[in-house]
Amino acid sequence: MNKIFEIPLYSYQRSDDQDASSPVRHPVVVIGAGPVGLAAAIDLAQQGVGVVVLDDNDKVSFGSRAICFSKRTLEIADRLGLGDPLVDKGVQWNLGKVFFDDRKVYEFNLLPEEGHKRPAFINLQQYYFEEYMVQRVRDLQEQGAPIEIRGRNKVSAIGTHDDHVTLEIDTPERSYNLEAEWLIACDGAGSPTRQMLGLDFVGRVFEDNFLIADVIMEADFPTERWFWFDPPFNKGQSALLHKQPDGVWRIDLQLGWDIDKEREKRPENVIPRIREMLGEDVKFELEWVSIYTFQCRRMEKFRHGRVIFAGDAAHQVSPFGARGANSGLQDTDNLCWKLKLVLDGQADESLLDTYDVERIHGADENILNSSRSTDFITPKSEMSRVLRDAVLDLSEQYEFARPLVNSGRLSLPCTYEGSPLNSADALNGPERSAPGSPCPDAPLGDGYLLPQLADRFTLLTINADAPDSFEEAGITVHRLALSTQDDKTRALRERYLGDNDSAVYLIRPDQHVAARRPSFDDSQFRAALRRVIGKEHSA
Amino acid sequence: MNHQDQLILTPNIDRADDFYADLLSAHEGLSKPESDALNARLVLVLANHIGDRDVLKQALAAAAFHKGE
Repeated sequence: MNKIFEIPLYSYQRSDDQDASSPVRHPVVVIGAGPVGLAAAIDLAQQGVGVVVLDDNDKVSFGSRAICFSKRTLEIADRLGLGDPLVDKGVQWNLGKVFFDDRKVYEFNLLPEEGHKRPAFINLQQYYFEEYMVQRVRDLQEQGAPIEIRGRNKVSAIGTHDDHVTLEIDTPERSYNLEAEWLIACDGAGSPTRQMLGLDFVGRVFEDNFLIADVIMEADFPTERWFWFDPPFNKGQSALLHKQPDGVWRIDLQLGWDIDKEREKRPENVIPRIREMLGEDVKFELEWVSIYTFQCRRMEKFRHGRVIFAGDAAHQVSPFGARGANSGLQDTDNLCWKLKLVLDGQADESLLDTYDVERIHGADENILNSSRSTDFITPKSEMSRVLRDAVLDLSEQYEFARPLVNSGRLSLPCTYEGSPLNSADALNGPERSAPGSPCPDAPLGDGYLLPQLADRFTLLTINADAPDSFEEAGITVHRLALSTQDDKTRALRERYLGDNDSAVYLIRPDQHVAARRPSFDDSQFRAALRRVIGKEHSA
Repeated sequence: MNHQDQLILTPNIDRADDFYADLLSAHEGLSKPESDALNARLVLVLANHIGDRDVLKQALAAAAFHKGE
């Protein structure tokens, strides 16, 4: 049987642009048809922005790669129209086990918070994620949305100008030129775009190698996450076992830096390690093996004129805590509504500089968290190993030490605290929904709150009067009127009101809070709207 | 800063000689790596008991002979 990642999903097809007498200009060109590039393209196309995705390949990603997709990613996917297939296919787990040396030190139950449409995260092979995204692109095309994926279109040169970008593209036929008002580079950690533009990629650098293996197990094996520190089958390193759909298990074995990659990848070296890890009686088949090398670093700026970087092309983290693809989707979630306003002439280009401010904040938070996990998993000095081992030994006996065990912290969405787009918090309300925060979900009648927040600015009122809509700076804000009378679980009160009787929130198209007050105030909310589109700078 | 947020750096251990003897005897017969591990566990147990991040920061600074905040 052919694996999905072996079948071309967007084969090369000659485009009319290749026969045009002069280069055709598109509003947006995206380089890279991975999860981040496709998310950007779907988001823009849904809003009617013409977008062309170029990829030097014609298939979804090879092997499982990113496998943990967080709740925030699923919420973004809901907005992009592909949440259901992801969650239907994905695996959910709650039980985690931590092993140290040759013994289990403790286990934990994840017990996610109630009252959210989506689970804390799902495990799903990246190739499925991409396949569903390509399917979504096809559906949008059928509805007439201006979106295209061009397979085997490799960008070989980029020219930057004040108001556009020129691209030279190699194809299986002749090369051709294309122009874009805006270029979004989502071409991965090794970003050829970054290299062609000669841009930096700096930061604290960790170097490590991971052997990643997908195995198919014949026997039943529990749906749990197992993490080993310093196990007998991988002395001095770590190991992770995680379940994916289709009876495929993901195994990550840390190998350290000084290794012979080709030798480590050979089945005769991989299979005995896995046998030792799973036990002699467990029958398994090796589906895919790869060696993954990572660094923790980011670009100094993500926006360079008309070229904007997103995902791994802009920032790279260690795999601990699932912060790669998940943060990349938060990038495009942040970028696309701003780009749409700029393209429509409703905001100045400078609004895009707040993409830098907000997402560099996010990238730094991710790099900090993943660096801390890396420091715990791979102690850098003798004393750091002594302390790490002490934490693990104590965790077996005492509950207090368990929160110190760091095998990767669950990726949570970033709060844009201090962003210039936020208005001062005028509600003494819950911390988790303060300006800059991603809106927490809550049950609403038979459904949930987040799906009610569409790709537009929303005035969310809870027990408060306000007009059904208002217009400011050419933008119409629609009201979503809620009442705590329908709040059976009290989640809305707890997450949005706190001790207040009422509240009014201005919510951005990416579902982050821009402003909040106890009641509607016309001039204050008009100012908040101008501020969130970059048209009001005084506090 | 109120009293509870302040690291105590004046004598506070009842029968200090007895405590010190307990500390030494806990290490008796241990190899250097075993003693290091015991000290690490002790630091973590005590730190959790204190809990307060401000006090812990002051303790780290005091132990390193840096001036506290």
